[in-house]
Amino acid sequence: MEISSVQLIAIFIVSAIAGMGSVLDEFQTHRPLIACTLVGAILGDMTTGIIIGGTLEMIALGWMNIGAAMAPDAALASTISTILVIAGHQSIGAGIAIAMPLAAAGQVLTILCRTITVFFQHKADGFAEEGNLRGIDICHLGALGIQALRVAVPTLLVAMYVGTGAVQSMLDAIPPVITGGLQVAGGFIVVVGYAMVINMMQAGYLMPFFFLGFVIAAFTNFNLVAFGVIGLVLAILYIQLNPKYQKVAAAPAAAVAASDDDLDDDLDD
Amino acid sequence: MKKLSKSDIFWTFVRSNFAQGSWNMERMQALGFCFGVIPIIKKLYEGDERKQALKRHLEFYNTQPFVTAPIIGVVAALEEQKANGKEIADGVINGIKVGMMGPLAGVGDPIFWGTLRPITASLGASFAMGGSIFGPILFFVLFNLVRLFVRWYGIKYGYTKGTDVVSDVAGNTLQKITEGASILGLFVMGALVNKWTSVNVPLVVSTIHKQDGTVAVTTVQTILNQLMPGLIPLLLTFMCIKLMKNKVNPIWIIFGLFAVGILGYWTGILGM
Repeated sequence: MEISSVQLIAIFIVSAIAGMGSVLDEFQTHRPLIACTLVGAILGDMTTGIIIGGTLEMIALGWMNIGAAMAPDAALASTISTILVIAGHQSIGAGIAIAMPLAAAGQVLTILCRTITVFFQHKADGFAEEGNLRGIDICHLGALGIQALRVAVPTLLVAMYVGTGAVQSMLDAIPPVITGGLQVAGGFIVVVGYAMVINMMQAGYLMPFFFLGFVIAAFTNFNLVAFGVIGLVLAILYIQLNPKYQKVAAAPAAAVAASDDDLDDDLDD
Repeated sequence: MKKLSKSDIFWTFVRSNFAQGSWNMERMQALGFCFGVIPIIKKLYEGDERKQALKRHLEFYNTQPFVTAPIIGVVAALEEQKANGKEIADGVINGIKVGMMGPLAGVGDPIFWGTLRPITASLGASFAMGGSIFGPILFFVLFNLVRLFVRWYGIKYGYTKGTDVVSDVAGNTLQKITEGASILGLFVMGALVNKWTSVNVPLVVSTIHKQDGTVAVTTVQTILNQLMPGLIPLLLTFMCIKLMKNKVNPIWIIFGLFAVGILGYWTGILGM
């Protein structure tokens, strides 16, 4: 598929926004759900973009920057894999598989950019000596710009060359046993993300709730909303009943008793 | 009497959405914090005092980006008092920043990265995998509504309560919220490990030709499913946790599992 110059510009802008999102971690524009959808929309096949986004999002569920530790990069993985699937005519399974080395490459690139940004930090020290507010703004936003380019430039390059014969024949040369195997792996690769979340919580004593969720899911057909509500109820009950928090429990207990009386009265009527 | 106006606080709020833009390996969010409080510094200080204030907020700083909001609020309150002549040493303001960033990150990471994002994202993804645009929109709106709410009221709260916030951070309420969020997060993770994974071991254990002509094929997976559906993903999850505890980079675990998938598919042990 040939990508027009208007589409190239749009891809550049969207991937720049995804790149900024990946360092800011505020608006979540770097998450596959958002980035893949937008790139898909530009390439004229939003539905495929949304499906890749959803699939990749589950894999990336636990990719988070904690303290000084960098996560695999969802932004670069999302933008390029969507282009390869839609414009490069690959299966979604193959796209997901290609996304993983891209996430690793993105991780290396963001660490590089965050090291280059030390220079901006020192430049800002100089502006502080002069009391130059505008200078500090420029240092901060300049660093943000580097992170935008980190994703936008590689994505643009892929988008420019994806239509060429060489890239096509390279992608088509992947043997079916690999693509099939990657698709099989896609079914359980998501556990890495779940494990990252569980690991981060560092709350071994709360693991019974994990097993409860697992068993309920194994034997019911509840959807995620139901699990959310049950989980919330369990959390509230745990907090209410935990002796650790019971120092001022007398007043609420009295209130409950009072409301019970009201109910009794109503029933009597 | 110097007083911060509503618009100063508002612009600080807007700028705080870009707090991590210049995250760097040396001082992490230092420049980002300074960028955020520039409307406050601009209003309160001039000349040498302004330079001092800028330098003060370029010191090392790093926390979960959303819970930075109450810290910004407290800093706004302190800077306002300082600008009006109250004796507050530079070290005190930085001490409060550094003292709050650790405990608040400990609260913010499990709540936002461990619970809010995985839950809203998996909810969005469950719609998106069917191709519905509702999925991405749901995720984007839900997550950002909570985030902006926390940012805005966090700054307001810190500004109104001032240094009293420090004692709140040490109190019970935050611990309750963190523990509750962890329960919700772990419960949903348990459900996800079971439901949003798929493993199939199609190795045939027995093939029985019944008298009515039908064939009952029992595979390893049929037996596993009778035992407990989702057993293999559960074991894999714990294997991953174990590897991560031993400081193995998650991306290597992903590549490893890809290799397992290809090998399993090639040998026929694993199927679609």
